[in-house]
Amino acid sequence: MAQQTQVASRLSSATQIRPRHDFLAWFGVTPFFIFAVLFLILPTGYLVVGAFQDPSGNFTLATIGELFQPQIINAYWVSFKLSAITALAGAVIGFFLAYAGVVGGLPAWVRPTLMTFSGVASNFAGIPLAFAFIATLGRVGLVTTLLIRFFDFNIYSTGFNLLSFWGLALTYLYFQIPLMVLILAPALDGLKREWREASAILGASAWQYWRHIALPILWPGLVGTTLLLFANAFGAIATAYGLVGSSLNIATIVLYAQIRGDVLHNPNLGYALALGMILITGLSNSAYIWLSGRSRRTLG
Amino acid sequence: MKQAKIGPWIAIAIGTLYFVVPLFGTFEFSLRMRRGQYSFDAYRVVLDDPRFQATFGYSTVLALATIVVGVLLVVPTAYWVQLRLPRLRPVVEFITLLPLVIPAIVIVFGYLRIYGSSSLLPMTTNERATDVLLMFSYVMLSLPYMYRAVDTGIRAIDVATLTEAAESLGARWPTILFKVILPNVRSAVLSGAFLTFATVIGEFTMTSLLDRPAFGPYLQLMGQDRAYEPSALAIISFAITWACLGLMQLLGRPVEKSSAATIVEAK
Repeated sequence: MAQQTQVASRLSSATQIRPRHDFLAWFGVTPFFIFAVLFLILPTGYLVVGAFQDPSGNFTLATIGELFQPQIINAYWVSFKLSAITALAGAVIGFFLAYAGVVGGLPAWVRPTLMTFSGVASNFAGIPLAFAFIATLGRVGLVTTLLIRFFDFNIYSTGFNLLSFWGLALTYLYFQIPLMVLILAPALDGLKREWREASAILGASAWQYWRHIALPILWPGLVGTTLLLFANAFGAIATAYGLVGSSLNIATIVLYAQIRGDVLHNPNLGYALALGMILITGLSNSAYIWLSGRSRRTLG
Repeated sequence: MKQAKIGPWIAIAIGTLYFVVPLFGTFEFSLRMRRGQYSFDAYRVVLDDPRFQATFGYSTVLALATIVVGVLLVVPTAYWVQLRLPRLRPVVEFITLLPLVIPAIVIVFGYLRIYGSSSLLPMTTNERATDVLLMFSYVMLSLPYMYRAVDTGIRAIDVATLTEAAESLGARWPTILFKVILPNVRSAVLSGAFLTFATVIGEFTMTSLLDRPAFGPYLQLMGQDRAYEPSALAIISFAITWACLGLMQLLGRPVEKSSAATIVEAK
C-alpha cells in the first residue's frame, strides 16, 4: 500500500514536470525525424509508389509484371547466386577463423590482431578492393606471374578469369569473411567453457559437443549472420563496377545503368527493379535482426 | 592439447594468406612503373596529379561536413531519447538501421527523382545544392555507425544526473548538450567520426550518380585509364582505412564493437 502511494506520488510529480521537458525533447528530436523523412522515407516511398504506376501515373500492376522478362530475371538470379555463394563461403570460412581466434587456444595476440584486421578489411570494399585483386590475380598480377614463372602454371589457361562471376565472388569474400568474424566472435565468447567441460566429463566427443550443445546454441546467430552477408553482397555495386564494369549482368549494375540512361526504356520499370531489391535485402536483414535477437537471448 | 592447436593455426595461416597476398600483390604492382626496377613513381605521379589533389580535397571537406552534421543530428537525438523519450527508442533505432537495409543505390535513385531538376525542391540543378544533397546522403550512409557509437556512449554515462546537475547550476539546454554531454561522449563521437570518414572518403555509388568530382569516381576513372596508378591508389586507400580504424581504436572504443554488423547487437 505504502509502495502504491509512493508510486502514485512519483507519477504525479512526473506528470507535473513532464510538459515542459517533453516539449523541449520533441523539439530536440525533430531535426532527426525531418532528416529521416526527407532523406530516407520519401525517396524510398517515391520509388515504391512508382513501381505500381505506369509512366503516365495510373496505378497498375503491369510494371511489376514486366520485371519477369528474361534480362531482369537473369540479373536478379546472378545477383542471388553471387550473394548466396559469397555469404555461405564467407560464413563457413569466417566461422573457422573466428573459432580459431577466439576458442582455438592460440596465443593471446592472435585475437586482437584478427579483430583489428577484420575491422579494416570489412571496411576496405569498393573500387580500391577491385584494384587490389586486379594487381594480384589479373592477367599480369603478382600471383598470376609468379605461378607462371615458378610452376609454369597459367591460371588463365584453366578457364579462370578474374573479371568474371567467380573472380567477383572471390573478391567479395575479402569483405564477407571479416564481417562474419566480427559478428561471430562475440557470440563464440558466449559459449561457456563449463559446457564443454561438463560434456567432456559426461563422455561426449568433440563431435557430440558440437552437434548437441554448441551448434543448437549458435545456429540462430550463424543463420542470421549468413543472411546479413547475403544482403550485404546483394546491395553492393562499387566493387563489382570497379572489377567488371558494366559487363556482368547483376541487379545493382542494371539499376545503375537504368538510373544513368533509362536502358529499360520505362522509368517505372526502374522503380520496380529497385522495389525488388528493397524486398530482398529488407527480408534478409529483418531475418538477421530477428535471429540475432534470439541468439542474444540464448547466450545472455 | 598440443595436437588440438594445429587446426586453428592452419585456419589462421590460410586466412592470413588470403588477406595479405592481395595487399602485397597490390603493393608490388604499384612499384613496377619504372621498367626493370622498383620505384615509387606511381605514387609520385598520383600525388602530383591535380585531379587527385582536387578530388581528394573535395571528398575530405565533404567527409568533415558529414561528420559535423551527423554529430549535430545524432547527439541531441540520442540524448533526448535516453533522457525523456525512451518510448521513441525502437522507432529511432529502426530508422538508423534503414540505411543498412535499403541499398545505397536505391536511395540515391529516390533522391534523383525527388530532388531532380523537375521536382518541387530541385537540388541537382546547381553545384552547391548538389554538394549539400551529397553531404546529406553521406550523413544517411553513416547514420547506422554514428548513431550506434553515440548511443552506446550516451547510455554509458548517467545522463539524468548530469542534466539535473547542470540545470541546478542554471545551464540551459544548448549548454548542457554541448558543454556537458558532448565532452562526456567524446570518444564515442570520435569513433563514429573515424568510421564515417573511412566509409565516405572513397564512396562511389552515390557520388557518381550525383555526378560530383569526388575521390570515388576519380578512382574509377584511373582504373579505366591507367595501369600502375590504381595500385598505388588502392594502397593509399587501404592506408587511410587503416589509419581511421587505428585512430578509432586508440581514441574511441575497440573495433570489435563498432563494425556495421554489431550495430544491431545492442538492440
